[in-house]
Amino acid sequence: MHEASGMIALPDTEKPPVLEVTGLRKHFGDQVALDGVDLKVYEGEVVAVLGPSGSGKSTLVRCIDQLESIDGGAMFLDGELLGYEQSHGHLRPLADAARKRQQRRMSMVFQQFNLFPHWTVLRNITEAPMVVHGATPAEARERAMELLRRVGLEDKANAYPRHLSGGQQQRVAIARSAAVDPRILLFDEPTSSLDPELVDEVLQTIKKLASTGRTMVVVTHELEFARNVADRCVFMAAGRVIEDRPAEDFFEDPRSERLRTFLARSSRSPREVSG
Amino acid sequence: MTNAPVVPATAAIDVATARRRIRPARIIGGTLILIVVLSVIWFLVSNERFEWDVVAEYLFNPSVLLGLGMSLVLTVVCMVLGSILGTMLAAGQLSDFWPVKAASIAFVGVFRGIPPLVQLIFWFNLAYLLPRITVGVPFGPEFFSWSTNDLITPLTAAIIGLSLHEAAYMAEIVRAGMLSVDQGQHDAASAMGFSRWHTFSRIVLPQAMRVIIPPTGSQVIALLKGTSLVSVIAMGDLLHAVQVIYNRTYEVVPMLIVAVIWYLVVVTVLTLIQRRVEQHFGRGAARDGMRRPARRAKEAN
Repeated sequence: MHEASGMIALPDTEKPPVLEVTGLRKHFGDQVALDGVDLKVYEGEVVAVLGPSGSGKSTLVRCIDQLESIDGGAMFLDGELLGYEQSHGHLRPLADAARKRQQRRMSMVFQQFNLFPHWTVLRNITEAPMVVHGATPAEARERAMELLRRVGLEDKANAYPRHLSGGQQQRVAIARSAAVDPRILLFDEPTSSLDPELVDEVLQTIKKLASTGRTMVVVTHELEFARNVADRCVFMAAGRVIEDRPAEDFFEDPRSERLRTFLARSSRSPREVSG
Repeated sequence: MTNAPVVPATAAIDVATARRRIRPARIIGGTLILIVVLSVIWFLVSNERFEWDVVAEYLFNPSVLLGLGMSLVLTVVCMVLGSILGTMLAAGQLSDFWPVKAASIAFVGVFRGIPPLVQLIFWFNLAYLLPRITVGVPFGPEFFSWSTNDLITPLTAAIIGLSLHEAAYMAEIVRAGMLSVDQGQHDAASAMGFSRWHTFSRIVLPQAMRVIIPPTGSQVIALLKGTSLVSVIAMGDLLHAVQVIYNRTYEVVPMLIVAVIWYLVVVTVLTLIQRRVEQHFGRGAARDGMRRPARRAKEAN
């Protein structure tokens, strides 16, 4: 990493938020997944979303990235309504192409990595910049190799995902998401399907990325990671945001009983994130 | 419990000197198979009614080769048309727009349900139901009009009948292939902002191919053999070509042997092609590392 040392970008709350979620509702059949979620994410901010299983945190980032339809509320990316437009006197869902244009300004790292198994690592990273963002093959390749160097996998450029460990696959997936220079980078439990000894390398990679001033929303179970890396922590339970506080206050001074219980229960086996 | 003689432990034993184990069941089974194979060969060679000299004489007969060519052309054309239409039907069956979904499911149900022989005869006799084929606004003005008898020849009837039949089967095969691709791949493609077409053609279909290819290979072979049905509408395929000859010479068996030889040759070639195509679409799959290390090393460069 050759980022200017000590120049960790602070979130800029003067400007309008990069992402704003207001009253977001989502249900799967009778099951309410999100029950009126509000969230603001500012430029350069790293927001960790924590909460017990089934609290709706994965659904939240999947809704933001337009992978799930929503049932109420609204989401704005740089002030632009996501997924809908005013047309013929009513709000109507966007046409496919317009929705894709919005999706291209975000990117996502999945719990199951979801690399494209029939492509090499290099093509996994270069495809979207070339096909979607109009980069030349040389540009895309150069950028991909630089990202692979940063995640420590430049020697794996021509390997197929199947031949990498879970941790390596997830680092490739992170490079793939960063390659499109998204306005906001979403992480959906990026370490939850990894063997314990592989978790740290992935968290380190995300931490490096966070230090370059990217705007990120990270859904995670890793409390130590959230405490060390996030600017703000959001605690969700039963589809609602229970607390939304600066990371330090979140851990030192939890206000709600639910968060106190959650922290007490989860911190029995703390994981150190070094560096 | 069998009481195998116990070998006393001594330093003089070295299993490198061991002989092959004697397995009576394999000796008996192998011998039986050998006897059957020899009998079949003897039957083929000694039975003069096969008339091998006639087979040799007609194997490369121009009208036989012409019939073979026609069978191959029909197979290729109907397979291509059937695959394109079948892929569209598969996408239609998976559509979230119910009229498209219902229409696709109905199409597959109907054309998979009608025997191809019945379809061929039906299309060949289309003029009975529909004397003229017209292009125009429904219930409105007509722009073009043809006599059905001019359009429906044995060739067009064969292409329509076999293609529609093939499309219905391919729709199910492609659909199964598309469903075999993990939902995470759709999510990732969508999150990367790929268009629907790019997602389908570059991400879903190549991965679905591993599931699609083996049954498709069987379909090509079934279609090749299915082309023999067109002889009933006087279409000059391989079977029709040998029939024309044996109707004249009465050498029925040797002429059928000629057809059998050509069908088997083509099927064998198709099977070999299928294996190669399967290997191609196995890229990145679990077993390629073990089965084709040399190939993988080449790809890595």
